[in-house]
Amino acid sequence: MYFVKRLMYAVPLLLIISALAFGLVRMAPGSPFDRERVPASPEIERQLKAKYHLDEPVIKQYGRYLNDLLHGDFGVSTKYRNHTVNDIIEQALPVSMLLGGLAFCFAMAIGLPVGFITAARKGQWPDVIGGLLSLLTVCIPSFVIAPLLILDFSVKWNLLPVGLWGTPARMILPTLALGMFFVGKVARLFREGMISAMQSEYVRAARAKGLGETTLLLKHACRLAILPVVSFAGPMLADLLTGSFIVENIFQIPGIGIFFVNSTSNRDYTMEVGLALLYAILLVLLNLLVDFIYTLLDPRVKYE
Amino acid sequence: MSEPERQHLTPNQRAWRRFRAHRAAVISTWYLAFLLIAIVAWPVVLKCSTANFAHMHDPDQLSDAQFVHPSLQHWFGTDFHGRDLFSRVLYGAQISLMVGIFGAGVSLVIGVLWGAVAGYVGGRLDGFLMRIVDILYSLPSIIFVIVLLSTLGEILKQSHYVTSSPRLAGQLRVILLFVGLGAISWLTMARIVRGEVLSLRSRAFVDAGRVLGAGNRRILFWHIIPNIMGVVITYLALTMPSIILYESFLSYLGLGVQPPMASWGTLMVEGVSQINPIRIYWWLILFPSGVLVTTLMALNFLGDGLRDAWDVKGK
Repeated sequence: MYFVKRLMYAVPLLLIISALAFGLVRMAPGSPFDRERVPASPEIERQLKAKYHLDEPVIKQYGRYLNDLLHGDFGVSTKYRNHTVNDIIEQALPVSMLLGGLAFCFAMAIGLPVGFITAARKGQWPDVIGGLLSLLTVCIPSFVIAPLLILDFSVKWNLLPVGLWGTPARMILPTLALGMFFVGKVARLFREGMISAMQSEYVRAARAKGLGETTLLLKHACRLAILPVVSFAGPMLADLLTGSFIVENIFQIPGIGIFFVNSTSNRDYTMEVGLALLYAILLVLLNLLVDFIYTLLDPRVKYE
Repeated sequence: MSEPERQHLTPNQRAWRRFRAHRAAVISTWYLAFLLIAIVAWPVVLKCSTANFAHMHDPDQLSDAQFVHPSLQHWFGTDFHGRDLFSRVLYGAQISLMVGIFGAGVSLVIGVLWGAVAGYVGGRLDGFLMRIVDILYSLPSIIFVIVLLSTLGEILKQSHYVTSSPRLAGQLRVILLFVGLGAISWLTMARIVRGEVLSLRSRAFVDAGRVLGAGNRRILFWHIIPNIMGVVITYLALTMPSIILYESFLSYLGLGVQPPMASWGTLMVEGVSQINPIRIYWWLILFPSGVLVTTLMALNFLGDGLRDAWDVKGK
């Protein structure tokens, strides 16, 4: 019941976000047609504007946009004239989602064990080394890591292809480059969660009852310690699934991350608003999912 | 927990003791202090030294000595235009650190006030203020920042101050960058502070203050906010590295400071762009990235140390 209510609340939130993005985008100077190869004559520009209804008052444009949106139509891109925003999202989003999903799995597969070991051996050398490495990955920008990965694995050792997308071999390096940051983030969060869980009363009680250390950590502490990771994972997944401009740009992957940046610098009005909405919808849904998982993991959590 | 404390210590003194026991945090503090001194002192050194030395290390001075390896003359080597990299890294540090400090300042002023008012007043106002934070959170930050930068940039470009002096235009771009990054830096702080204030609001000492006749403003600023300073300072130390990192991403997109000005981000991008299969000018990547990474790590360690010192619960 609570989650149905939350979903209902999401509707006005998304409305406001669409209005805000719509207004913000049109407030920015310039128009989508400034970057034509040949400067358009005033008539052509007028006709272009009429075609996209840019000559109408903003409120009316917004009303028209909302009406289309209700029919599931994000409109026609003002930059790529032969494509609707729906087309572009349909083509590019699955690529980004696959890459983001892989990076997410990579981050969890490495980050969680590292976080577990560093917490279990707190203060000893695995903790020091693991902590240092996970902090290191959080601090190195991906645009430095990615070219170095390419240089070593592809150019020097000739192990993996340099770029592009499609075969599994091509996916390894981008996944590493994109997921590295989140590995460190997840490991640090999980370590912190484990340490505070191990200090809690119920773990002490379980230990007093003579439970083995391994079962204690794996079955009892983990369940609560994972909570900070879960609440971070929602926004993180929204970021990952909508693609990374930098990694997609370096590896020449035809994902959607590139459109986030290009649509803004091209003043591609419909594209910008469409992408902002896409991101917001994903974020709302994932946050809802996070709260739901919370109730599963920690029965004390109750939403009214 | 371990031994009974002999003398009475205030919470701040106890925090200070715990902080000093955190070795990584103490080393990081020294490192950051050393870096700050170097950044401030280097321009002074250049001004006071011989003309030749100053000329060779001028961060904007082009020369024929392209891609010189690190040597005694050029400690970090030189770049594509023959400029001394050591000087450029130290001058770039000014921008990078200022961006971080400014972002932290915005989250200190706006974030703390926003969250404190929302948490303290509660009710409708709380809902309203926090929905605004939610909405800003749900906008993709890259679209928000780029639109903000270009809109404000265009407005400033048309004012006659900028058209009259190109140097001012460059500085205005830096300020714009500060504003753009500051605009997204305060959201997390507002959420954290709200949660803290919410839990303090109903505590006995607040009721006691109210019984003694303290007004809302006095309770908020004299009794509640000082109590959350530990959390606030900790998150400030953790906000700075993320903003510095974000600046480097904006530099990669070409939205950072414009040449000949430099930040760590633009220096790293320059270094990475010189990579080719035949040769790699390793010093162009290693030194800017090395300084950036060590600084970010130091700030993180500092944040961890502060968190342990004030016993801030992880969010």
